[in-house]
Amino acid sequence: MSVHVPTSLTEAIDLLVANPTARLLSGGTDTMVEVNFNRSKPESVIALRRIAALREYTVDSDRIVIGAGVPYAMMEKGPLAAALPALAAAARTVGSPQIRAAGTLGGNLGTCSPAGDGLPVLAALDATINLRSPRGPRAVPFAEFMTGVKRNSRAVDEIIESVSISPTTGFQDYAKVGVRNAMVISVASVCFVHDTGSSSVRIALGAVGPTIIRAREAEQWLQSQVDASQQLPSHDKLVAEFAQRVAAAARPIDDHRSTAAYRRHAIEVLARRLYLRSTQ
Amino acid sequence: MTETTAFYELNVNGSRREVRDSWIGESLLYVLRERLGLMGSKGACEQGECGSCTVMLDGDAVCSCLVLSASAVGSEILTVEGLAPNGEPSDVQRAFVDQGAVQCGFCTPGLIVAVHHLLDNNPDPTMIEVKEALSGNICRCTGYGRIFAAVETVVAVRKGARS
Repeated sequence: MSVHVPTSLTEAIDLLVANPTARLLSGGTDTMVEVNFNRSKPESVIALRRIAALREYTVDSDRIVIGAGVPYAMMEKGPLAAALPALAAAARTVGSPQIRAAGTLGGNLGTCSPAGDGLPVLAALDATINLRSPRGPRAVPFAEFMTGVKRNSRAVDEIIESVSISPTTGFQDYAKVGVRNAMVISVASVCFVHDTGSSSVRIALGAVGPTIIRAREAEQWLQSQVDASQQLPSHDKLVAEFAQRVAAAARPIDDHRSTAAYRRHAIEVLARRLYLRSTQ
Repeated sequence: MTETTAFYELNVNGSRREVRDSWIGESLLYVLRERLGLMGSKGACEQGECGSCTVMLDGDAVCSCLVLSASAVGSEILTVEGLAPNGEPSDVQRAFVDQGAVQCGFCTPGLIVAVHHLLDNNPDPTMIEVKEALSGNICRCTGYGRIFAAVETVVAVRKGARS
Protein backbone atom coordinates (compact mmCIF):
# COMPACT_ATOMS: atom_id res chain seq x y z
CA MET A 1 0.00 0.00 0.00
CA SER A 2 1.20 3.48 -0.82
CA VAL A 3 -0.23 6.79 0.32
CA HIS A 4 -0.03 10.06 -1.58
CA VAL A 5 -1.08 13.40 -0.13
CA PRO A 6 -1.25 15.92 -2.99
CA THR A 7 -1.85 19.60 -2.25
CA SER A 8 -3.30 20.59 -5.63
CA LEU A 9 -5.89 19.10 -7.95
CA THR A 10 -3.37 18.99 -10.81
CA GLU A 11 -0.97 16.99 -8.67
CA ALA A 12 -3.81 14.66 -7.63
CA ILE A 13 -4.81 14.04 -11.26
CA ASP A 14 -1.18 13.28 -12.21
CA LEU A 15 -0.99 10.80 -9.32
CA LEU A 16 -4.26 9.17 -10.40
CA VAL A 17 -3.01 8.77 -13.97
CA ALA A 18 0.15 7.13 -12.64
CA ASN A 19 -1.88 4.92 -10.24
CA PRO A 20 -5.19 4.26 -12.01
CA THR A 21 -6.36 1.75 -9.39
CA ALA A 22 -5.71 4.13 -6.48
CA ARG A 23 -8.45 4.67 -3.92
CA LEU A 24 -9.39 8.34 -3.69
CA LEU A 25 -9.72 9.18 0.01
CA SER A 26 -11.78 12.14 1.19
CA GLY A 27 -13.04 12.23 4.80
CA GLY A 28 -12.12 8.58 5.39
CA THR A 29 -15.38 7.72 7.12
CA ASP A 30 -16.11 4.79 4.76
CA THR A 31 -12.68 3.68 3.62
CA MET A 32 -11.01 3.68 7.03
CA VAL A 33 -13.72 1.43 8.49
CA GLU A 34 -12.96 -1.08 5.72
CA VAL A 35 -9.21 -0.78 6.35
CA ASN A 36 -9.54 -1.00 10.16
CA PHE A 37 -11.57 -4.21 9.87
CA ASN A 38 -9.37 -5.71 7.13
CA ARG A 39 -12.26 -5.70 4.68
CA SER A 40 -10.18 -3.95 2.08
CA LYS A 41 -6.56 -3.03 1.65
CA PRO A 42 -6.21 -0.56 -1.20
CA GLU A 43 -2.88 -0.91 -2.99
CA SER A 44 -2.61 2.81 -3.37
CA VAL A 45 -4.40 5.72 -1.69
CA ILE A 46 -4.58 9.32 -2.88
CA ALA A 47 -5.73 11.39 0.10
CA LEU A 48 -7.48 14.57 -1.04
CA ARG A 49 -7.89 16.36 2.29
CA ARG A 50 -4.99 18.77 1.83
CA ILE A 51 -6.24 20.18 -1.49
CA ALA A 52 -7.52 23.56 -0.31
CA ALA A 53 -9.45 24.26 -3.53
CA LEU A 54 -11.70 21.25 -2.93
CA ARG A 55 -12.79 22.70 0.44
CA GLU A 56 -14.18 25.93 -1.06
CA TYR A 57 -17.72 26.83 -1.99
CA THR A 58 -19.43 29.78 -3.67
CA VAL A 59 -23.03 30.92 -3.30
CA ASP A 60 -24.24 33.17 -6.14
CA SER A 61 -27.81 34.15 -6.97
CA ASP A 62 -27.95 31.81 -9.97
CA ARG A 63 -25.51 29.04 -9.00
CA ILE A 64 -24.11 27.36 -5.92
CA VAL A 65 -20.86 25.43 -6.29
CA ILE A 66 -19.72 23.16 -3.45
CA GLY A 67 -16.20 21.74 -3.52
CA ALA A 68 -16.05 17.95 -3.23
CA GLY A 69 -14.01 18.27 -0.03
CA VAL A 70 -16.39 20.57 1.85
CA PRO A 71 -17.35 18.71 5.02
CA TYR A 72 -20.99 18.29 6.12
CA ALA A 73 -20.29 20.56 9.11
CA MET A 74 -19.94 23.47 6.67
CA MET A 75 -23.34 22.71 5.10
CA GLU A 76 -25.19 22.66 8.42
CA LYS A 77 -25.02 26.41 8.95
CA GLY A 78 -23.90 29.66 7.33
CA PRO A 79 -24.36 30.62 3.65
CA LEU A 80 -24.77 27.06 2.36
CA ALA A 81 -27.53 26.28 4.87
CA ALA A 82 -29.31 29.53 4.00
CA ALA A 83 -29.17 28.80 0.28
CA LEU A 84 -29.87 25.05 0.50
CA PRO A 85 -32.01 24.22 3.56
CA ALA A 86 -32.58 20.65 2.35
CA LEU A 87 -28.84 20.03 2.17
CA ALA A 88 -28.42 21.50 5.65
CA ALA A 89 -31.15 19.19 6.98
CA ALA A 90 -29.50 16.18 5.33
CA ALA A 91 -26.05 17.17 6.58
CA ARG A 92 -27.39 17.41 10.14
CA THR A 93 -28.54 13.77 10.02
CA VAL A 94 -25.12 12.42 9.03
CA GLY A 95 -23.40 10.46 11.81
CA SER A 96 -22.05 12.51 14.71
CA PRO A 97 -20.37 15.95 14.81
CA GLN A 98 -17.02 14.14 14.41
CA ILE A 99 -18.26 12.38 11.27
CA ARG A 100 -19.73 15.61 9.90
CA ALA A 101 -16.38 17.35 10.40
CA ALA A 102 -14.75 14.73 8.18
CA GLY A 103 -17.36 13.43 5.71
CA THR A 104 -17.83 15.24 2.39
CA LEU A 105 -20.20 15.35 -0.59
CA GLY A 106 -17.33 14.17 -2.79
CA GLY A 107 -16.93 11.11 -0.58
CA ASN A 108 -20.69 10.48 -0.61
CA LEU A 109 -20.64 10.64 -4.43
CA GLY A 110 -17.51 8.51 -4.73
CA THR A 111 -19.00 5.78 -2.53
CA CYS A 112 -22.47 6.18 -4.08
CA SER A 113 -24.32 4.18 -1.45
CA PRO A 114 -28.11 4.36 -1.97
CA ALA A 115 -28.27 5.35 1.72
CA GLY A 116 -25.87 8.30 1.28
CA ASP A 117 -27.62 11.22 2.96
CA GLY A 118 -26.42 13.91 0.56
CA LEU A 119 -27.54 12.09 -2.56
CA PRO A 120 -31.37 12.51 -2.47
CA VAL A 121 -30.78 16.25 -2.10
CA LEU A 122 -28.52 16.32 -5.15
CA ALA A 123 -31.11 14.28 -7.08
CA ALA A 124 -34.04 16.51 -6.11
CA LEU A 125 -32.12 19.70 -6.89
CA ASP A 126 -30.96 18.36 -10.29
CA ALA A 127 -27.34 18.91 -9.25
CA THR A 128 -24.49 18.63 -11.71
CA ILE A 129 -21.37 16.68 -10.76
CA ASN A 130 -18.17 18.35 -12.00
CA LEU A 131 -15.36 15.92 -12.73
CA ARG A 132 -11.81 16.65 -13.85
CA SER A 133 -9.26 14.49 -15.65
CA PRO A 134 -6.23 15.04 -17.90
CA ARG A 135 -8.79 15.23 -20.71
CA GLY A 136 -10.34 18.30 -19.08
CA PRO A 137 -13.53 19.00 -17.14
CA ARG A 138 -16.75 17.01 -17.53
CA ALA A 139 -20.15 17.95 -16.10
CA VAL A 140 -22.60 15.10 -15.46
CA PRO A 141 -26.20 15.46 -14.24
CA PHE A 142 -26.66 13.55 -10.96
CA ALA A 143 -29.25 11.25 -12.58
CA GLU A 144 -26.56 10.05 -15.02
CA PHE A 145 -23.81 9.97 -12.42
CA MET A 146 -25.19 7.35 -10.04
CA THR A 147 -25.66 4.13 -11.97
CA GLY A 148 -26.23 1.50 -9.26
CA VAL A 149 -25.42 0.35 -5.74
CA LYS A 150 -21.99 1.87 -5.07
CA ARG A 151 -21.57 2.45 -8.80
CA ASN A 152 -21.14 5.70 -10.67
CA SER A 153 -20.04 6.93 -14.06
CA ARG A 154 -16.75 8.44 -12.84
CA ALA A 155 -13.99 7.37 -15.26
CA VAL A 156 -10.83 5.87 -13.76
CA ASP A 157 -8.82 9.02 -14.45
CA GLU A 158 -11.43 11.45 -13.12
CA ILE A 159 -11.59 13.19 -9.76
CA ILE A 160 -14.84 14.63 -8.42
CA GLU A 161 -14.11 18.35 -8.16
CA SER A 162 -17.39 19.95 -7.15
CA VAL A 163 -21.17 19.94 -7.33
CA SER A 164 -23.18 22.72 -9.00
CA ILE A 165 -26.73 23.44 -7.91
CA SER A 166 -29.25 26.01 -9.15
CA PRO A 167 -30.96 27.70 -6.21
CA THR A 168 -34.74 27.33 -5.84
CA THR A 169 -37.34 29.62 -4.32
CA GLY A 170 -39.91 28.27 -1.89
CA PHE A 171 -39.67 25.10 0.15
CA GLN A 172 -37.02 22.38 0.32
CA ASP A 173 -36.40 19.86 3.09
CA TYR A 174 -35.02 16.40 3.80
CA ALA A 175 -36.15 13.73 6.24
CA LYS A 176 -35.05 10.21 6.97
CA VAL A 177 -36.01 7.19 9.03
CA GLY A 178 -33.41 5.08 10.81
CA VAL A 179 -33.43 2.60 13.65
CA ARG A 180 -32.96 5.43 16.14
CA ASN A 181 -32.91 9.21 16.08
CA ALA A 182 -29.19 9.91 15.67
CA MET A 183 -25.91 8.34 14.54
CA VAL A 184 -27.73 6.18 12.07
CA ILE A 185 -27.71 5.09 8.45
CA SER A 186 -30.93 5.71 6.52
CA VAL A 187 -33.55 3.01 6.24
CA ALA A 188 -35.49 5.36 3.98
CA SER A 189 -35.01 9.03 3.13
CA VAL A 190 -36.81 11.69 1.13
CA CYS A 191 -35.89 15.11 -0.22
CA PHE A 192 -38.83 17.30 -1.27
CA VAL A 193 -38.40 20.54 -3.19
CA HIS A 194 -41.24 22.89 -4.11
CA ASP A 195 -39.77 25.56 -6.40
CA THR A 196 -42.33 28.33 -6.85
CA GLY A 197 -39.94 30.05 -9.29
CA SER A 198 -40.16 27.24 -11.86
CA SER A 199 -43.64 26.08 -10.72
CA SER A 200 -42.29 22.61 -10.07
CA VAL A 201 -42.16 19.98 -7.37
CA ARG A 202 -39.35 17.46 -7.15
CA ILE A 203 -39.06 14.49 -4.83
CA ALA A 204 -36.17 12.05 -4.49
CA LEU A 205 -35.97 8.84 -2.47
CA GLY A 206 -32.93 7.33 -0.79
CA ALA A 207 -32.18 3.79 0.46
CA VAL A 208 -35.17 2.30 -1.39
CA GLY A 209 -33.54 1.21 -4.65
CA PRO A 210 -30.20 0.60 -6.31
CA THR A 211 -29.90 4.31 -7.05
CA ILE A 212 -31.58 7.42 -5.70
CA ILE A 213 -35.06 7.41 -7.23
CA ARG A 214 -36.91 10.48 -8.51
CA ALA A 215 -40.66 9.91 -8.21
CA ARG A 216 -41.29 11.65 -11.54
CA GLU A 217 -44.78 10.26 -12.12
CA ALA A 218 -45.85 11.61 -8.70
CA GLU A 219 -44.19 14.96 -9.43
CA GLN A 220 -46.04 15.31 -12.74
CA TRP A 221 -49.33 14.21 -11.23
CA LEU A 222 -49.05 16.79 -8.45
CA GLN A 223 -48.11 19.54 -10.91
CA SER A 224 -51.26 18.69 -12.90
CA GLN A 225 -53.41 18.99 -9.78
CA VAL A 226 -52.14 22.26 -8.28
CA ASP A 227 -50.73 25.68 -9.17
CA ALA A 228 -47.11 25.08 -8.19
CA SER A 229 -46.25 28.78 -8.44
CA GLN A 230 -48.25 29.20 -5.20
CA GLN A 231 -48.15 27.56 -1.77
CA LEU A 232 -49.42 23.98 -2.08
CA PRO A 233 -52.92 23.16 -0.78
CA SER A 234 -53.08 20.87 2.23
CA HIS A 235 -56.35 18.94 1.83
CA ASP A 236 -56.08 15.35 2.99
CA LYS A 237 -57.12 13.56 -0.19
CA LEU A 238 -54.56 15.32 -2.36
CA VAL A 239 -51.73 14.82 0.14
CA ALA A 240 -52.60 11.14 0.64
CA GLU A 241 -52.70 10.41 -3.06
CA PHE A 242 -49.41 12.23 -3.66
CA ALA A 243 -47.71 10.25 -0.87
CA GLN A 244 -49.08 6.96 -2.25
CA ARG A 245 -47.83 7.79 -5.72
CA VAL A 246 -44.40 8.64 -4.30
CA ALA A 247 -44.28 5.36 -2.37
CA ALA A 248 -45.22 3.47 -5.55
CA ALA A 249 -41.99 4.71 -7.13
CA ALA A 250 -39.82 3.09 -4.45
CA ARG A 251 -38.06 -0.19 -5.28
CA PRO A 252 -37.04 -1.33 -1.80
CA ILE A 253 -35.56 -4.66 -0.73
CA ASP A 254 -35.40 -6.67 2.49
CA ASP A 255 -31.95 -6.48 4.07
CA HIS A 256 -30.18 -6.37 7.42
CA ARG A 257 -31.45 -2.84 8.10
CA SER A 258 -35.14 -3.18 7.30
CA THR A 259 -37.82 -4.80 5.16
CA ALA A 260 -39.11 -3.71 1.78
CA ALA A 261 -42.64 -3.30 3.17
CA TYR A 262 -41.51 -1.07 6.02
CA ARG A 263 -39.34 1.03 3.71
CA ARG A 264 -42.24 1.64 1.30
CA HIS A 265 -44.46 2.61 4.23
CA ALA A 266 -41.75 4.95 5.58
CA ILE A 267 -41.44 6.66 2.19
CA GLU A 268 -45.18 7.34 2.16
CA VAL A 269 -45.06 8.81 5.67
CA LEU A 270 -41.98 10.94 4.91
CA ALA A 271 -43.48 12.23 1.63
CA ARG A 272 -46.67 13.25 3.44
CA ARG A 273 -44.70 14.82 6.29
CA LEU A 274 -42.49 16.91 4.03
CA TYR A 275 -45.41 17.96 1.84
CA LEU A 276 -47.33 19.16 4.89
CA ARG A 277 -44.28 21.00 6.22
CA SER A 278 -44.17 22.90 2.94
CA THR A 279 -47.71 24.18 3.52
CA GLN A 280 -47.00 25.53 6.99
CA MET B 1 0.28 -7.11 -2.09
CA THR B 2 3.14 -5.13 -0.61
CA GLU B 3 3.15 -4.23 3.04
CA THR B 4 4.72 -0.85 2.64
CA THR B 5 6.34 0.58 5.71
CA ALA B 6 7.01 4.22 5.87
CA PHE B 7 8.71 7.06 7.57
CA TYR B 8 6.84 10.30 8.03
CA GLU B 9 6.48 13.11 10.51
CA LEU B 10 3.36 14.24 12.29
CA ASN B 11 2.78 17.47 14.18
CA VAL B 12 1.29 16.31 17.48
CA ASN B 13 0.57 18.73 20.33
CA GLY B 14 2.97 21.25 18.83
CA SER B 15 5.88 18.79 18.50
CA ARG B 16 7.28 17.07 15.42
CA ARG B 17 6.98 13.34 15.95
CA GLU B 18 8.65 10.76 13.73
CA VAL B 19 6.67 7.68 12.75
CA ARG B 20 9.01 4.87 11.71
CA ASP B 21 8.56 1.34 10.41
CA SER B 22 4.80 1.50 10.58
CA TRP B 23 2.36 0.01 8.09
CA ILE B 24 1.23 2.87 5.86
CA GLY B 25 -2.46 1.99 6.27
CA GLU B 26 -2.53 2.53 10.03
CA SER B 27 -5.15 4.85 11.48
CA LEU B 28 -4.09 7.95 13.35
CA LEU B 29 -5.50 6.39 16.53
CA TYR B 30 -3.25 3.36 16.16
CA VAL B 31 -0.19 5.49 15.45
CA LEU B 32 -0.85 7.80 18.40
CA ARG B 33 -1.21 4.88 20.80
CA GLU B 34 1.11 2.20 19.46
CA ARG B 35 3.83 4.22 17.69
CA LEU B 36 3.95 7.45 19.66
CA GLY B 37 2.97 6.17 23.10
CA LEU B 38 0.09 8.63 23.49
CA MET B 39 -2.42 6.37 25.22
CA GLY B 40 -4.97 9.08 26.06
CA SER B 41 -7.04 8.57 22.92
CA LYS B 42 -9.01 5.36 23.37
CA GLY B 43 -9.91 2.75 20.77
CA ALA B 44 -13.29 1.07 21.12
CA CYS B 45 -15.39 0.79 17.98
CA GLU B 46 -12.79 1.69 15.31
CA GLN B 47 -15.63 2.79 13.04
CA GLY B 48 -16.48 6.34 14.10
CA GLU B 49 -19.45 5.42 16.29
CA CYS B 50 -18.24 5.98 19.84
CA GLY B 51 -16.07 9.11 19.91
CA SER B 52 -13.58 7.75 22.44
CA CYS B 53 -10.70 8.44 20.02
CA THR B 54 -11.67 12.08 19.37
CA VAL B 55 -8.76 14.41 18.60
CA MET B 56 -8.56 17.81 16.95
CA LEU B 57 -7.21 17.80 13.41
CA ASP B 58 -6.52 21.32 12.13
CA GLY B 59 -9.02 22.55 14.72
CA ASP B 60 -11.82 20.10 13.84
CA ALA B 61 -12.90 17.44 16.34
CA VAL B 62 -12.69 14.13 14.44
CA CYS B 63 -12.49 10.42 15.18
CA SER B 64 -8.78 9.56 14.93
CA CYS B 65 -9.72 5.97 14.05
CA LEU B 66 -11.08 7.25 10.72
CA VAL B 67 -8.04 9.36 9.85
CA LEU B 68 -5.43 7.64 7.71
CA SER B 69 -2.35 8.56 9.72
CA ALA B 70 -0.09 9.09 6.73
CA SER B 71 -2.63 11.55 5.30
CA ALA B 72 -2.31 13.74 8.41
CA VAL B 73 1.21 14.83 7.46
CA GLY B 74 1.24 18.63 7.51
CA SER B 75 -1.81 18.90 9.76
CA GLU B 76 -1.93 20.08 13.37
CA ILE B 77 -3.00 17.25 15.64
CA LEU B 78 -4.10 17.98 19.20
CA THR B 79 -4.75 15.04 21.53
CA VAL B 80 -6.03 14.97 25.08
CA GLU B 81 -2.41 14.97 26.28
CA GLY B 82 -1.96 18.34 24.57
CA LEU B 83 -4.70 19.84 26.74
CA ALA B 84 -2.65 19.21 29.89
CA PRO B 85 0.90 19.78 28.65
CA ASN B 86 2.52 20.04 32.07
CA GLY B 87 0.36 17.42 33.72
CA GLU B 88 -1.84 20.16 35.15
CA PRO B 89 -5.48 19.35 34.29
CA SER B 90 -7.36 21.78 32.04
CA ASP B 91 -10.42 23.53 33.40
CA VAL B 92 -12.62 21.02 31.58
CA GLN B 93 -10.74 18.07 33.06
CA ARG B 94 -10.93 19.61 36.55
CA ALA B 95 -14.69 20.18 36.17
CA PHE B 96 -15.22 16.55 35.07
CA VAL B 97 -13.48 15.36 38.23
CA ASP B 98 -15.28 17.82 40.49
CA GLN B 99 -18.72 16.96 39.07
CA GLY B 100 -18.24 13.19 39.15
CA ALA B 101 -18.42 13.02 35.36
CA VAL B 102 -15.66 10.38 35.28
CA GLN B 103 -16.77 6.88 36.17
CA CYS B 104 -15.07 4.06 34.29
CA GLY B 105 -13.18 6.78 32.41
CA PHE B 106 -12.95 5.12 29.02
CA CYS B 107 -15.01 7.75 27.18
CA THR B 108 -13.53 10.63 29.16
CA PRO B 109 -10.56 11.64 26.95
CA GLY B 110 -12.77 11.83 23.86
CA LEU B 111 -15.37 13.82 25.75
CA ILE B 112 -12.73 16.21 27.12
CA VAL B 113 -11.49 16.95 23.59
CA ALA B 114 -15.07 17.35 22.32
CA VAL B 115 -15.93 19.78 25.15
CA HIS B 116 -12.80 21.86 24.53
CA HIS B 117 -13.70 21.98 20.83
CA LEU B 118 -17.27 23.04 21.62
CA LEU B 119 -16.30 25.80 24.06
CA ASP B 120 -13.46 27.09 21.85
CA ASN B 121 -16.03 27.69 19.12
CA ASN B 122 -19.13 28.49 21.19
CA PRO B 123 -18.26 29.83 24.67
CA ASP B 124 -21.87 30.07 25.84
CA PRO B 125 -23.78 27.13 24.36
CA THR B 126 -27.40 26.27 25.11
CA MET B 127 -28.03 22.83 26.63
CA ILE B 128 -29.34 21.63 23.26
CA GLU B 129 -26.08 22.75 21.64
CA VAL B 130 -24.07 20.97 24.34
CA LYS B 131 -26.04 17.76 23.82
CA GLU B 132 -25.67 17.95 20.05
CA ALA B 133 -21.93 18.68 20.27
CA LEU B 134 -21.41 15.65 22.52
CA SER B 135 -23.80 13.36 20.63
CA GLY B 136 -20.86 11.58 19.00
CA ASN B 137 -19.32 10.60 22.34
CA ILE B 138 -20.91 7.56 23.90
CA CYS B 139 -20.76 7.11 27.70
CA ARG B 140 -22.38 4.00 29.20
CA CYS B 141 -21.77 4.86 32.88
CA THR B 142 -22.92 8.33 33.74
CA GLY B 143 -26.19 8.87 31.91
CA TYR B 144 -24.57 12.16 30.82
CA GLY B 145 -26.10 14.30 33.59
CA ARG B 146 -22.80 14.84 35.38
CA ILE B 147 -21.03 15.47 32.07
CA PHE B 148 -23.50 18.23 31.20
CA ALA B 149 -23.08 19.63 34.73
CA ALA B 150 -19.31 19.74 34.20
CA VAL B 151 -19.77 21.65 30.93
CA GLU B 152 -22.10 24.13 32.65
CA THR B 153 -19.49 24.65 35.38
CA VAL B 154 -16.77 25.46 32.86
CA VAL B 155 -19.05 27.84 30.96
CA ALA B 156 -19.91 29.68 34.18
CA VAL B 157 -16.31 29.90 35.39
CA ARG B 158 -15.00 31.09 32.02
CA LYS B 159 -17.83 33.64 31.79
CA GLY B 160 -16.90 34.94 35.23
CA ALA B 161 -13.26 35.21 34.21
CA ARG B 162 -14.19 37.25 31.13
CA SER B 163 -16.40 39.79 32.96
